[in-house]
Amino acid sequence: MKPASIAIQGIRKSFRGKRVVDVDRLEIRPGRTMALLGPSGSGKSTLLSIVGLLEKPDVGQVLLDGVAVTPHDIEARMSMAAAFQRPYLFKGTVSDNVAYGLRLRRVPSGRVAVLVSEGLERVGLPGWETRSALTLSGGEAQRVALARAMVLEPRVLLLDEPLASLDPLMKWRLARDFASIFRESPITIFYVTHDQDEALTVADDVAVMRDGSIVAQGCADDIFGLPADDWTAEFLGMEPPLQGIVRETEGGVAAIDCGGVTVYAVSRAQQGTEVLVGVRPEDVTIYAGTQELPPSSARNRLAGTVAEIEHAGSTFRVTLAAGTLRIAARVSRASVAELALVPGVAVTAAFKATAVRVRAIETGDTPGEYTCMSAPGTDITPPVDLQG
Amino acid sequence: MDIFIGAFRDGLTMLVSGATDVWSIVLVSIQVSGVAVLLALVLGIPIGFALGTKRFVGRRMMLIIANTGMGLPPVVVGLVVAMLLSRRGPFGKLELLYSQPAMVFAQLIIALPVVAAVSAAAVSAVPRELRLQARSLGASRLQEALMTLKEARMGLLAAVAAGFGSIISEVGAVTMVGGNLAGKTRVMTTAIVQYTRMGDYGPALALASLLMGMVLVVNILLTQVQQSAERYEK
Repeated sequence: MKPASIAIQGIRKSFRGKRVVDVDRLEIRPGRTMALLGPSGSGKSTLLSIVGLLEKPDVGQVLLDGVAVTPHDIEARMSMAAAFQRPYLFKGTVSDNVAYGLRLRRVPSGRVAVLVSEGLERVGLPGWETRSALTLSGGEAQRVALARAMVLEPRVLLLDEPLASLDPLMKWRLARDFASIFRESPITIFYVTHDQDEALTVADDVAVMRDGSIVAQGCADDIFGLPADDWTAEFLGMEPPLQGIVRETEGGVAAIDCGGVTVYAVSRAQQGTEVLVGVRPEDVTIYAGTQELPPSSARNRLAGTVAEIEHAGSTFRVTLAAGTLRIAARVSRASVAELALVPGVAVTAAFKATAVRVRAIETGDTPGEYTCMSAPGTDITPPVDLQG
Repeated sequence: MDIFIGAFRDGLTMLVSGATDVWSIVLVSIQVSGVAVLLALVLGIPIGFALGTKRFVGRRMMLIIANTGMGLPPVVVGLVVAMLLSRRGPFGKLELLYSQPAMVFAQLIIALPVVAAVSAAAVSAVPRELRLQARSLGASRLQEALMTLKEARMGLLAAVAAGFGSIISEVGAVTMVGGNLAGKTRVMTTAIVQYTRMGDYGPALALASLLMGMVLVVNILLTQVQQSAERYEK
């Protein structure tokens, strides 16, 4: 079945007088996986319920392939399926659960058995049909919930924090499996999560939600590379975007003056354009200030001092100050110890021109929307002449 | 103990000889309470479903009424139904007083709050998210409701048992609205009262044994259904 496009327009939803969703526009293109990122309580799950036709908005429209649909459109609802944070399974066997939606669609019982078997195989649980659904572990139950939704071959799949209740090991194992299953399936997927690593693993596109509104939407690479505003930057664990002006361009590489410091980026931006610039912390390598840098393709080499060091899970987030410019790097514990990184220490930050995301200021676009000015294919290593 | 031995012997003789009035009394009991409990289930389960799953104005009041109704004294129900159906009452023209429909009506009023309140508790224990999950897989409102009732089946079986138990042993209301007319509205409980008053302990004990047996059989059946449902869930 052909994947569907989903769009919402002017959606508002309030509970007891409190506005929980206020989204002017959001679009998921056919066959793409869009992750909806945002902190707890930002209205993500309510928006998913509205998109999935499980809840009616106070005002606004949900468009399926450009046609307005409501929770009463049974055909539209039948073209969607969902799995939620807690894998709510019905009492009975694994097979009863996976077959539930198929039986609602009056699929002949012989065909149901085949599809259930295939569905379970797809999520790594072959032959589990007769097991009781109530005796499964969290990860197993989530796989069954995913199979129950996927077996319907929906045109739109809605997933609400499907990995949030799992332990880290199971979470990453399933995230990888999900990503591979999604790649093989021609389904439009709306994936709600508060975890950016998970979003990066599974999604093509990302929308960021704050207090009921979408503050940024675009391809994952751009959203994560260049946050829309200071709040989004903080939420994504980055420094706010740098402001600069393109001084010159040569061979697809723009030299951008950011407060007296030149940053090189692979970009289509024209000379004289005022731009915002962002670099992901994991794309930045930190070297001790006095040592000679090893040969590398990293064109950007900024000398400065360590301004801040913070714990970030299993790594450290090191913020470097170079003039007025601040840039964050993700550094392993071993490197922090080896380089003796403490605030005030002189260091050099190195990153490739391909790792720099660029967006023009005042393009006339709706705030939060991205006009990607980075060169196409910048998430892969560019040809030699464009390298760093 | 002679009184028990004598009554037991008389009662057994009566049952074995197939005395028609005893079996007709049993039949009327099954008819009246059977129809009343069926009606209570047909009306009470949807009411319980709405109380347990929906949010609407007056829900809290209905829950209070249902919970209070679980302790409704049968004689009060008998009194009110008798007044309603009496010649001077609003439904006197129907001439239903001292008839089986009047007894069914009285027992329905007793059983309905029990079935509704126990059903409401059972369906409200089914997570809202499970209903949302069913809807997200394409279930219509009716299919979603059926799934909820299926998930709550253990609790619903308890509602059946509680509803049946509240009326099969009830004597006050059926006496007041049925009149204990032989062959017409005489049921096991009213007959036991009458035979006991007359000092005729044999048939009273025979009917009491049958009543106990009936309650036991119904509960054994319900327990078996519950156990097979439990096995299915594990």
